[in-house]
Parts: sequence; C-alpha cells; structure tokens
Amino acid sequence: MPKTNGAGPNSSASNGSQVTFLEAIKQAMFEEMERDPAVILMGEDVGVYGGAFKTSEGLLERFGWERVIDTPISESAIIGAACGMSYCGLRPICEMQFIDFIVCAFNQITNFVAKGHYLWNAPAPMVVRGPSGGGVHGGPFHSANPEMYFVHTPGLKVIYPSTPYDAKGLLKAAVRDNNPVLFFEHKFLYRRIKGELPAGDYTVPIGKAVVRREGKHLTILSYAAMMHTSLEAAAALEKEGIEAEVIDLRTLLPLDEETILNSVKKTNKCLVVHEDTKTGGIAGEIAAILFEKAFDDLDGPLMRVTSLDTPVPYAPTLEEYFLPNAKKIFSTAKELARY
Amino acid sequence: MKKELTRQRYLDLYYFMRLNRAVEDMMVKLFRQNKIVGGLYSSLGQEAISVGTAYALEKKDWLAPMIRNIGALLVKGVRPRDIFMQHMAKYDSPTKGKDGTSHFGDLDDLHIVSPISMLGDLIPVMTGVAMAGRYLGQKIVAMTWIGDGGSSTGVFHEGLNFAAVQKAPFVLILENNLWAYSTPVRKQVPLEDLADRAKAYGIDSYIVDGNDVVAVYSTAKEAVDRARAGEGPILIEAKSFRRMGHAQHDPAEYVPKEMRAYWEARDPIALYERFLSSEKLLDARSKQEIEEKINTLLAKEREFAENSPMPPAELAETGVYCTGDDCHKIRAKWERPIAEVTPPRSSVEPVWTVAGFGSGKGSGGANAPIHFGDTQPAEAKRAEARKPAVKAPAKVAPKKTVKAAPASASRKARR
Repeated sequence: MPKTNGAGPNSSASNGSQVTFLEAIKQAMFEEMERDPAVILMGEDVGVYGGAFKTSEGLLERFGWERVIDTPISESAIIGAACGMSYCGLRPICEMQFIDFIVCAFNQITNFVAKGHYLWNAPAPMVVRGPSGGGVHGGPFHSANPEMYFVHTPGLKVIYPSTPYDAKGLLKAAVRDNNPVLFFEHKFLYRRIKGELPAGDYTVPIGKAVVRREGKHLTILSYAAMMHTSLEAAAALEKEGIEAEVIDLRTLLPLDEETILNSVKKTNKCLVVHEDTKTGGIAGEIAAILFEKAFDDLDGPLMRVTSLDTPVPYAPTLEEYFLPNAKKIFSTAKELARY
Repeated sequence: MKKELTRQRYLDLYYFMRLNRAVEDMMVKLFRQNKIVGGLYSSLGQEAISVGTAYALEKKDWLAPMIRNIGALLVKGVRPRDIFMQHMAKYDSPTKGKDGTSHFGDLDDLHIVSPISMLGDLIPVMTGVAMAGRYLGQKIVAMTWIGDGGSSTGVFHEGLNFAAVQKAPFVLILENNLWAYSTPVRKQVPLEDLADRAKAYGIDSYIVDGNDVVAVYSTAKEAVDRARAGEGPILIEAKSFRRMGHAQHDPAEYVPKEMRAYWEARDPIALYERFLSSEKLLDARSKQEIEEKINTLLAKEREFAENSPMPPAELAETGVYCTGDDCHKIRAKWERPIAEVTPPRSSVEPVWTVAGFGSGKGSGGANAPIHFGDTQPAEAKRAEARKPAVKAPAKVAPKKTVKAAPASASRKARR
C-alpha cells in the first residue's frame, strides 16, 4: 500500500471511512503517482490551484513541478503532448477542466491517439479525465456528456463510473491500461456521493458492468449520475410490485454485452437510462445488440429515458425538463412492465 | 556553401540526398506500373531539407516526418524496402498494409513517430516526446517538420506555444515550399518570412536556403545543440520549392513557368555536386561508386518489396487494442535518479513565482469552493464562519460539515 507523507490526500486515513467521489479520484491519482514515477498529471490549473474542482489538490506539493504540469489553454497540446510522452514510456493523466473541452482535442484523440496501435503498433497508455454531466446549472458548455463521440472511435476505452469505489478502482485500472482511456467524472456526484473504500490498493476491471440491484421483471441499464436516479426509481417501482434489475454499465467501451444479455434473458424487458441526449446515445447501440443477440428473449420494446435532443439549457426550469429524472424512469418502466 | 565539415559528413549528406532521390524515382516507376496502391508524394527538389536536418540528430534523438520527408527517414536508418512496401501496402511493411506512405514509426529502436494526415498534430506530440526525454534525463532532442500550409493550423499554435512555455528540447523545421496543394503561400500567410511566426512564441528562429544542404545541416546542427542545451524550442524556416504537384495525380499547372524554371536551375543535388567537385571532395569515380552502391541496394530492396505478399484480409480485424503485456514493451528508460522525481525530493511548496509578477498560491482545503457541481461545501463554510470565534479555536482543524449523502441520492432529493 502506498505510503503518504502528510502532503496530499492521506490514503491511509481515508481508507475504511466514507469518502466522496471526488476524494476517491484524488486518491487514485495520488496512489498511482506514488506507485509509478512514470505517471504524471497535465492540465489547466491542476498544479498550484489544485484543479477547478480540487481533484488534484496536494499533488503538486507532493510530486513537484515536473510531474504536475499546469498547461496553457490548449487541449490539443495537452492530449498531443501526453501521447508523445506515452511513446517514451510515461503514463500521463490529462485533465480536461470540463470534459466539454475535450472536443477541442477531438482530432488529436480520434486520429492520433486512438489509431496508433492499430496502424503502427504504437500503444498510447494515457488517461484523459474530467468533470462531465449536467444538473448543476453549468449551462450548455459546462454540462456535456460527450462520451458517445468517443464510443464510436475504435482504439479508445471509455469509462463513466457512478460510485467512489468504482471511480478509484477504475481510474487506477485506466492508468495501468496499455490503451488510451477516457474517464468521465460526473460532477454532480463529486461531493454528493460518498462510499467506503477498502484499505490498500485495488482496481476495478475495465469493461465489466455490475448488477446494482437484482430484479426479475425488467432490466434498467444505466451509468454515472443516472445510475443513482435509476436506483431511486427502482425503489419506487418495488412499491408497485415491479422488481427492476438495475445494472451499472461503468464502462461504455468496451461494453459488457455478457452482463447485459444475461440480465435481459432473465427479465425479458430492457429500459436504458442515460443523461446523454437521445439520438446516437448508447441506448441505440444496446437496442441493436439486443435485436441481434436476444431478439427471441424480448417481451417488449427496448425503451429509453434520456435527455432531450437539445443542447443542455441553463435555466433550472429548462435543465430540469431536459434531464431524465426518477419520475420519468418510473413511468416509463411501468409502461414497459405492462407488456 | 562553405567548407567546414569533415569529408565523411560531406559525403554522407551527398549519399543520402542521392538515395532519397533514387528511392523516389523508383517509386515513380512503381506508381506508373500500378504497383503503388494509393497516392505518391514527391520531395523532388527538397531533399536537402529532409537530409540536412535529420543528419543533425543523434541516434538517441526522435523525429517525426511529414509526407515528403523520405530523406529524413533514410538518414534515421529506415530501409528503402520499408518505404517501398508501405507505398505498395505489403504485408511485410512496417504497418503490415494498414497504412501507407511515410505513415509508420518505430518507437523502440529508431525513435520515429508516425505522422497522420492532419497537419500540425505532430507538433504537440513531439513536444511531449521532448518533455518526456527531459523528464527521464535522456538529453534527447525531438524534431518534426511542418509546411507553409500546415503552419496555419490551430494545433501548430497550441503545440509550439506549449513547447515554448515548457522550454522543450524541440526543433521544428518549417519547410516553406511555396505551395499548399494549389494555393500559393501568399494566399495562406501574410508574411514574407514564415520564421517570423517564432516571435509570437518568444522563441528563436533561423531562415535557411533549403536547397543548400550544407547550410541546412549547419543551421539544424546549431539549433539541435541549443535545444539540447536547454535553450528551448527553435524554429527553422527552410525556403524551397515543391517541384512536383501535390501528389502524382496533380500536374501542378497552377505553378508559373518562370518560378519552376528558377527553382529547377537550383536543384539541391546539382548545386551540391558543383560544390563538392570544386572543393575536390567528390570526383567522377567516387560519384560512380556511390551511384552503383545505391543502384545495387535499391534493386535488392525493390525485389524484396515486390515479393512481399498483400496482407491477409482478416488482419483488418486485429490490433485495435493493445491486449496483454506483450503489445506494450515501452518502458521508461531512466537516465537520472528516480529519487529526484519521487517524494520526498519531488515535494515542493505549491506556490508559483513569476519574475516581475510576484508569487501566489492556490486556495485549498477540504471545503474549498469548487466550480459548478456543489455549492454545499462553500455554504457550509460560510455557516461555520458565522459561528462565534470562541467555539472554534484556531489550531483545531475545521469540523467536517458536509453531510454524507445517501447512496441513492437523486437530483430531486438534493435540490
């Protein structure tokens, strides 16, 4: 287990107690940098300021200027430089101050980083992480869920966790993975969700979904903040006699088809809930997988509860209308259960 | 050109320029025989730039070519057969037929990063290579090339600015061949000298005659030495001319005849041959020996390339991901004590200091306000601050006031 010398997040003290989602991410970075000097962090305001969300607070103090690098506002340069570093044996973590800005580096990620291993046998072990998602009145450019741009890009791995335990374990797994990994951190969860972390080092396997709640009447597939909303809806459904199985996808690329299919073959009905907008969201891909591999098992249509096909609006009334919520999930699930 | 190098260096430069041209001449033949699968891009008349700049690098240094930098690849040690096979999409090519042209690299041995077609992306990537080399204590220099056209991309700016801020040991060769496909440089950039772009990044630049290989090499050598010494990135504008069209399909009728005639009369290999014979560095016999050496080599290389099969179709499905440990053999090669970058030696005061600016620190603590996401901690902090001071002695750490949220907290519940 990594030792800490007081500076930075004290893993030893935190383990075994309730920590926030944000603290879990900080611990993952801290412990990986402690474990391996090839791990460095780059991003806007990640050093002295500790990150706009304080996810990297204490890292500069402990690991110094060469390993915690404040960059200009240049997302393409951050991603590109990280890629070059990974070619030299380093394992860089890049922070996008808000994940919305990842699209500024779209070409660098999708054409350079993602294609390298396929084309010329050049793996790029690097992590791009940052705060994503809405519900906090961030407006159209600070609330995005751009995961599907990248799920459509062979060569990348895409993770979107919902609990502190998974956030820490998956981020550590991402740092150790030999492929480029995009790691989305739903900012609504940062300080609202707490969880207990085990003492010592652990990872969570990339590409494995997990059943959060068992049920037999229908399957709800979700991830990130909507996983919690789905659980809330499942609790309400239980009172109506509907037992929903809730699955947290955790990784969107590669998608854990096995866990999805096993559940749907049991419940015969599937509802996908995501905060991403509807058209081109992961629900459509899951629908196709079910049609290809579980058509005979389906007793009803695949249904989805998603955000609207609009930009994320700013006003609380608009954003609330835009986003999925437990009530929408509840009523859609009831409709599905009737089949 | 002036005489300042050893005879061997002069002859090396000559050999590689001739090899560069011979490899490309052979590829034109292969193209006309329909043996080249895709496009063929020529560096005719620009060989002095590729060869002269790459020749300034040491074996441990890194480079990333553009499409016309075949000469740089040859200098770095790439075999002509690999270049032929890349263009012919053969199974034994470095990318096994998955990509063509100069789009291949070699991380382990030759330290070559593959380019992609989107121009400018190599600049931040090679900045990262330069930064990693410095971090690992390797004292390497990273080099890449960009054209007059590519110098207008956004990532050129981002990359060169970042390299400059980081003082990365990075040399960028701006190969001004006056044409970006059919668009003349004056319609791309309102500057006489593209080297002036360096001023925007506070870095040094050179302008060199790109058809004078000795000048190119000497300038590049000075730049590489300075970058290696820690002076930061350097931009070299090499002025030349693209003698062929954008690629084989393009007759380049948009190029004025006088312009072409001017540059054809300044062929870099012919200029260099005149210099070498006037300095008595090359006579007819040694010239013939070099030609024979190249012809023999390329005949063999071409034969190998032609005999290589096309890749099996199923290969298309493989290699998207690096799976297992065998596919990633790159290890950080430390040439400085790791203790320098690990605690306690890596630990610093998290305070910035900028000359003429002063210094400052971050605003920290578990309850620090954060950007969008959760205002609770800040509110809780303010509530804490409103309490009478006597209840909170200065030395006692502030109580955690953030309530644990239930695992199933929803938006609605939290609003």
